[in-house]
Parts: sequence; C-alpha cells; structure tokens
Amino acid sequence: MLRNNRVVLGVIGADVHAVGNKILEMVLKEAGFQVINLGVMVSQEEFINAAVESDAGAIWVSSLYGHGEIDCRGLREKCREAGIGEILLYVGGNLVVGKRTFDEVEKLFKEMGYDRIYPPGTLPEVAIAHLKEDLSS
Amino acid sequence: MKMLLIDFGSTYTKVALVSLDPPGLLATAQAPTTVESDLMEGLETALESFSTAQLNGVTARRACSSAAGGLRIVAVGLVPGLTVKAAREAALGAGARVLSAYGYTLNQEEIDEIYNLKPDLLLLAGGTDGGNRQVILENAARIADARLAVPVIVAGNKSAAYEAASLLEGKVPRVVVTGNVMPEVNRLQVEPARKAIRELYLSEITRARGLEKIQQQVGLVMPTPLAVMQAGELYWKDTGKEVIIVDLGGATTDIHSFADGRPRGGGRIVKGPPEPLVKRSVEGDLGLRVSLSALLTVIPPEEVVKELPFVAETEELLGYVRNIASSRALLPRNNRERAYDGAIAVCAIREALRRHAGYLTETYTPEGRLWVQEGKDLTGVAAVIATGGALIQGDNPGLVLKAGLAQKDPRVLSPRSPQILIDRAYLLATVGLLAEEWPEVARAVLRETLLPLGGIAG
Repeated sequence: MLRNNRVVLGVIGADVHAVGNKILEMVLKEAGFQVINLGVMVSQEEFINAAVESDAGAIWVSSLYGHGEIDCRGLREKCREAGIGEILLYVGGNLVVGKRTFDEVEKLFKEMGYDRIYPPGTLPEVAIAHLKEDLSS
Repeated sequence: MKMLLIDFGSTYTKVALVSLDPPGLLATAQAPTTVESDLMEGLETALESFSTAQLNGVTARRACSSAAGGLRIVAVGLVPGLTVKAAREAALGAGARVLSAYGYTLNQEEIDEIYNLKPDLLLLAGGTDGGNRQVILENAARIADARLAVPVIVAGNKSAAYEAASLLEGKVPRVVVTGNVMPEVNRLQVEPARKAIRELYLSEITRARGLEKIQQQVGLVMPTPLAVMQAGELYWKDTGKEVIIVDLGGATTDIHSFADGRPRGGGRIVKGPPEPLVKRSVEGDLGLRVSLSALLTVIPPEEVVKELPFVAETEELLGYVRNIASSRALLPRNNRERAYDGAIAVCAIREALRRHAGYLTETYTPEGRLWVQEGKDLTGVAAVIATGGALIQGDNPGLVLKAGLAQKDPRVLSPRSPQILIDRAYLLATVGLLAEEWPEVARAVLRETLLPLGGIAG
C-alpha cells in the first residue's frame, strides 16, 4: 500500500525547543514531503487531529527535554481509537533522562508502538531515507 | 436621488430614508414586524410616518432581514477543532445562525436531527486539501440518501469536493462547490464559503422562505448580522483602528471583532484553532428578553444584582424575570425595572466578550513559566461600538457597555480601555446595506449615528 507523503510534525508536551523543529520542516519539504508543522508544545490530541484531517502518512514527534517517555506514551493507542491506527509514528530526541542505553530506549518506544526511534545527533537524512522506504512498503 | 433602507428585525421593522447626493440621512421610522401575516404590512406601517414629499424621488431600496429566525445553517466537518470549527466560523461570518455543527461521519440520529432542525442551508466541509476524502464522501452520500430538502455548499477537501457534489446532485435542491474552509491544517479560508452562502441566500433561500416578493419589491440582499458586520468592516478599514461591535438583542448577543488578535505581550505561545480576522460570535443564551431565563442559568442572579445602582434582593430580580417570561412585556414599566435591564445587559455583555475573546493560561515548562494564549488577544482594540435594540433603547447604553467591558478575570483578553461609541440611531445595518455600492452615503450615515461616550448628540 502506498501511503500519503504528508507528515505531521511537532514537539510534544510542554517542550518549547523550536530550532530542530524548523530544521526538520525545512529538510522534509526539500525532500518533497508535505509538512503539517504544529510547532512546539503539541499535545497528542493535536497530532492526531491534524493527521486525521490531512490523512497523513506519518507523525514525527520530537522531544528534547527528557519527558518523552511520559509525553509519548499512549499515542499509538489513541491513533487506533481515532481510526488511524496504521499511521507511521517516528520519534526522536533526548527521549529519556537517566543512564539508559539507546538500545533500552529503542525497545521501550517500540513497545509503545513507535515505528522508528532516533537518538540525539541523528542526521535528518537518515530518518528521511527510512520514511521513503516505510511509506512505499 | 433618495433611497430606502429596510431592516426587518424579529421585533421591529426599521426604515431609513437617505439622500444619495449629497450623501446624508433624511429620516427614520419603525413599526412592529409582521411575520405572521406578511412582512410588507409592517413595512407599509413604518412608511406611513414619511410624507409623500419625503418619499418623492426614492429610486432604490435595499433590505436585510433577521425576521423568522434569520439565516439558519447546519455545519458539518471532520475534526471538531479543525474543519468543523472552520465551517462554523464561515457560517457565522456570513451572518448565519449555526443551528448545530457535526464532526466525523454522520450517524442516523444526527441525520434525523438535521432533518428536524430544517436548516436553510447545509455547509459540508471535511478534510484539508489532499487530505481525508472518506468522511466528506460518506457524509455527502448520507445526506443524499436522507433526501434532506436543503441546499448544500461543499467547502471541503478539494480532491473530494466535486465527487461529493456529484453524490448530492439531484438529491438536494441545489449543490455548490466552493473553496475549502481549511485548505491546510490550522489555516482558515472562510471567504469563498461566505461568498457562496450569500449567493445562495439571494438565489435559493429567499425563494424557499417565500420572501421572493419581498426580494423583488425591496431588494432583500443579506441577513441583518452580515449588514452589521459590513458596517464594522467599513469603520475598520476607514479608520485603520481595530474595532469590536457589541450587538445586544432580545434573543442573542452578537460580538463582531475586526482585529488580528496576535499576542500583545511577550513570553506567550499561541495554541488552539486559528481565529478569523473578522470574527463573529453569537450567544443564544445571552439575550435580554426571549433568552432571559437561559441567561440566569449562566450568570447567577447574585452577580446581576451587584451591577445595580441600589441594593436589592435577588428575589426581586427573579420576580421581574418571571414577569417578563409570562407577559412577554417588551418594555420595562418603571425606573427600577430599567435598572434591572441595565444590570442584566452589563452581565450579558461581559459574558459574551469573555467567550469571544482569547484567554491566557499559565503553564510551567523546564524553560520556566510561560503563558499559553488561546483565541484572539483583543486587549489593544481601539474602539467598541454598542448596538442592538436591547442596548440602544435602554438607559445609558454607553455606561452599560463600559461596565460590561470590565472583566473580573485579567486573563481574559478582552478590550482594556477602548473608545466607546454608541449607534444611537440604531443604523449600523443601514450603513452595512450601503457600504458596498454607496460607500460615501454609508460613511455619512455612520458619522450621523456614531456617538462617542461623553460626546454631545447633534
């Protein structure tokens, strides 16, 4: 199945880190995607509403301030409730606080229903390559 | 060259006689509206107050109407905070009453509800451009199946709009496709839908309502709230000042704001659905007569008596309200009752402005304290115009408005210290009827009617 090349983008929770969000919007657009950028301090409901209305293929969640584990939990379940259970969920940033290896973090977020999980310092190109692959698979 | 401007209100039919050259107001008159029989009767009665000489040389007539419930619309969209809200804003901006608004795929109960509401028009949105197609198509099919005898404007996802229209074609009296009310998430585009609503109002709705004769005889061109809005738009564009109109009536309180609503203070993040530059809100539970009992369920009687210039028990207020409800008396009988009307008006205005304006919420982030603004910041609005029968015909409309502007909660982003103007001759609708074709005449009438608080009538 070919999915829509629209991406809902935002920084989740009470996080106000705006710079990376702008960069992601720019590179996604340059790569030919339609971007629905919700900016900072985005709630799970806002991500879902925007994805429903725009029939997006993916939601990209950023979290830089360490509360990602709490903020991101339940998004997949809510997507299922909203009738978009199959949407691609990507997440990246400083997702947790404390001494945990990235493998542990990745496992945690996989269990929460995210398709791709990225550590800090990931180049946007890496995620974009994955997105192209996932959207056409 | 003279012209007659007529406003068929739910209670009164108001007529203004103007001169086109030189532009100016000549005379006004009013008579009770005759909805039961024929709107023309009330108009004829009102016209009797003009002499034959005065009416000599009348070359054109224009009218607006809010009689018999005004223009009644049902809005349908997809997500409540997105396209449903956008469809609502578009309908309100066209001067309509939104009877109800629905999101997601309509179920049988909702279809039945729409059938029973008997709207004049259905505004069908859903999906951003290129976005969700499924829901607008499903809703179009359901509306078509239900044979709702109501014209439909399709203002949703451009990639599905014509397909939705073809499903409706032949099943409803008329289908029109127009621009999406929300082409992208969080971007409003209400103008095309507003325009389409107005066109259908002229071509379909007046006919369906049996107002065709009126339309031919007096040039019925728009619903009254739209005329009021156009007057506000003229003032806003001419003066360059952000302005709000407070229109307090017997059944509703309308607020129109002409302002971008961007944050006036730093350290804020704007959240929530986008708001239109020209925004109208209608509060059906805040009126001075028909909806008075509803008003007192929203505003406690204890709050109302606080606005009185004398000490009174709430029992007396409730007695007055019961009396109005039973006798449907339109006018207060003495000064004490006039004071009650004034106090209720203050509370209605304060509540209507609170709902219309944006709101600040304090929030804490790892970056420190932040303010989240939802809705329009109207604190810097330069002028507020008071209009509406319930306000203009009461005591001291300017002072009532001034008191109503004082919010108890500083986080409500309503106007702080605007200039107060009173539509003393109740002519804003007249101004709006003139604004497009005869702007100079409209300006002359506007100058005539707007009285600054503390200014001298003349």
